[in-house]
Amino acid sequence: MNKEDKLVIAGHEFSSRFILGSGKYSMKLIEAAVKYAGAEIITLAVRRANSKEHESILDYIPKGVTLLPNTSGARNAEEAVRIARLARELGCGDFVKIEIMRDTKYLLPDNVETVKATEILAKEGFVVMPYMYPDLNTARDLVNAGAASVMPLASPIGSNKGLCTRDFIQILVDEIDLPIIVDAGIGRPSQACEAMEMGVSAIMSNTALATAGDLPKMADAFRQAIEAGRKAYLSGLGRVLSRGGAPSDTLIGFLHD
Amino acid sequence: MDNNYFVDSKKLSKEALAKKHELENNPASRADIMAYLPGMEQIDSDISAKVLAEVESYDPDSYTAADVQRALDHKNRSIEDLKALLSPAADMFLDEAARLASIETQDHFGNTVYFFTPLYIANYCENYCVYCGFNCYNDIRRVKLNMEQIEHEMKIIAESGMEEVLILTGESRSQSSVEYIGEACKLARKYFRMVGVEVYPLNVDEYKYLHECGVDYVTVFQETYDKVRFEKLHLRGHKRVWPYRFDSQERALMGGMRGVAFAALLGLSDFRHDALATALHAYFIQRKYPQAEISLSCPRLRPIINNEKINPLDVSERRLCQILCAYRLFLPFAGITVSSRESKSFRDGIVKIAATKISAGVSTGIGDHESKYTGKNAETAEGDEQFEINDSRSFKKMYEDMSEEGMQPVLNDYLYL
Repeated sequence: MNKEDKLVIAGHEFSSRFILGSGKYSMKLIEAAVKYAGAEIITLAVRRANSKEHESILDYIPKGVTLLPNTSGARNAEEAVRIARLARELGCGDFVKIEIMRDTKYLLPDNVETVKATEILAKEGFVVMPYMYPDLNTARDLVNAGAASVMPLASPIGSNKGLCTRDFIQILVDEIDLPIIVDAGIGRPSQACEAMEMGVSAIMSNTALATAGDLPKMADAFRQAIEAGRKAYLSGLGRVLSRGGAPSDTLIGFLHD
Repeated sequence: MDNNYFVDSKKLSKEALAKKHELENNPASRADIMAYLPGMEQIDSDISAKVLAEVESYDPDSYTAADVQRALDHKNRSIEDLKALLSPAADMFLDEAARLASIETQDHFGNTVYFFTPLYIANYCENYCVYCGFNCYNDIRRVKLNMEQIEHEMKIIAESGMEEVLILTGESRSQSSVEYIGEACKLARKYFRMVGVEVYPLNVDEYKYLHECGVDYVTVFQETYDKVRFEKLHLRGHKRVWPYRFDSQERALMGGMRGVAFAALLGLSDFRHDALATALHAYFIQRKYPQAEISLSCPRLRPIINNEKINPLDVSERRLCQILCAYRLFLPFAGITVSSRESKSFRDGIVKIAATKISAGVSTGIGDHESKYTGKNAETAEGDEQFEINDSRSFKKMYEDMSEEGMQPVLNDYLYL
């Protein structure tokens, strides 16, 4: 752990542990995320930037903010690789979030194709941040393929359902030595806080903010929740008893030697 | 009340008129709608059987207010729920349905609204579909644009700011061959980020060819899923082959297309059955091809040249709204397109409830974008429209209006891969 408690992704340091997702994009949202949630990384769907208007979108990203282009629209590894290369050509830098979906209903990520794309892009020097279904074997494969972080989903994207995959994310936190960034499904600041308490490194969210009544206020709430969760994790949570009360008398008093 | 579809042109020859009347009056003179014509590919699919089984057993009047309330309360809505939402009992719940639909739309699409414009490149047609302005017996100016004219049209549309185009033709393989359409699509790729087609149904290899030309989205309207009615409305031509048309979306996906669109032309038959069939057609396709992007359109009948009497009958705006809410609640992730057949006020309202895509700067005529966009007289002949549009707002006006409504216009969210 570095002293200042920075989020470190492939050697790049970030003070904020809130990352803005790209699902529902608007200028107001970007402004609120940067100003009130403290976002230093903002996701950008390359397919959305493939517009004559894209320059205005890119112009709107404040200086000092790291752009994280994603590969949404890719249905396999090959398509994701092509989108990542295009993002680099568009001047979006070397960060890339891999999103590969073969399902238009739930938009669940395809872990197998994601590992393939990660391997190719890591070799090409990209800082690869793969979005995945929380599975330990896949996470290990991603580490070996050269991923810079692992981004498990908390629940279906856009659903605001919170930590449906809680126990499996915990396994990734416990076993994987890369930043675990929870991506998709976080619908409330309290859920973000809970994930941070579990030891995840950062939270990516979009819909929760985009659909809030008061964007700046919700962005601020997320910032505070993430900071609170992080502090709780760093301070070491008090134990939570799962069964009965703590016995004051020992159960092993009969042992004599 | 029924529509009065039949109109005789004075320009038809005696023989043509006799043939037309024979088709209209003598069912035995018409081809079997279930028989494939030579060259039509038959694929192995059980989707039409699944859709028809549900539609044929659907009794809208059997659903009660309690059924509708249950459907509204469910998080994931079943086929039974869809049937309840399309029933007469759902009318009194329209406000609540609209509110829930708007939440689903917000959750899946935010406040975005996608823009596109149709580009008709030819209006020759070999079919006799009695309600359509392009039908082969209708006396209209027929035009097929050449590549130079098509490029000219595309330039004008692209200059307006539009980034998505839907290429349309009348249904004539001899006048508008697959290669002709393909060449037009290659041109479209130069001027637009996203290219879709709405042309006559094709075989898998032909869809594959169009995909290679730059197309990723295919729209085919079944018009009506009611075979008895279909037979009486599509009297002549390849369009009469109901099952070949039904399987178009599946063949398009087999040919490598990313997305497919579905619709019934509301007002041709019982709209509740047709709306149910449309949603289920999309639903079963998505289950079989989970990677497919699906979208629904909801055209209502409109007047055509030489027949002002054609109208959407009992499909009022309120009914259309009910249908769109049912589509949204049953298929929360599906795109929904509302065309310029509908009024400004309806389109402004429905984008906040269920629709995700609207057209702007629309002409359903041929080669007339320059005159319509700039007021300048066209140098070449213009072909007549397929139907009368209702909302004639330009791209710029639509962009301003949607922004004012609190919506975020999206011109493109797509990459050709």
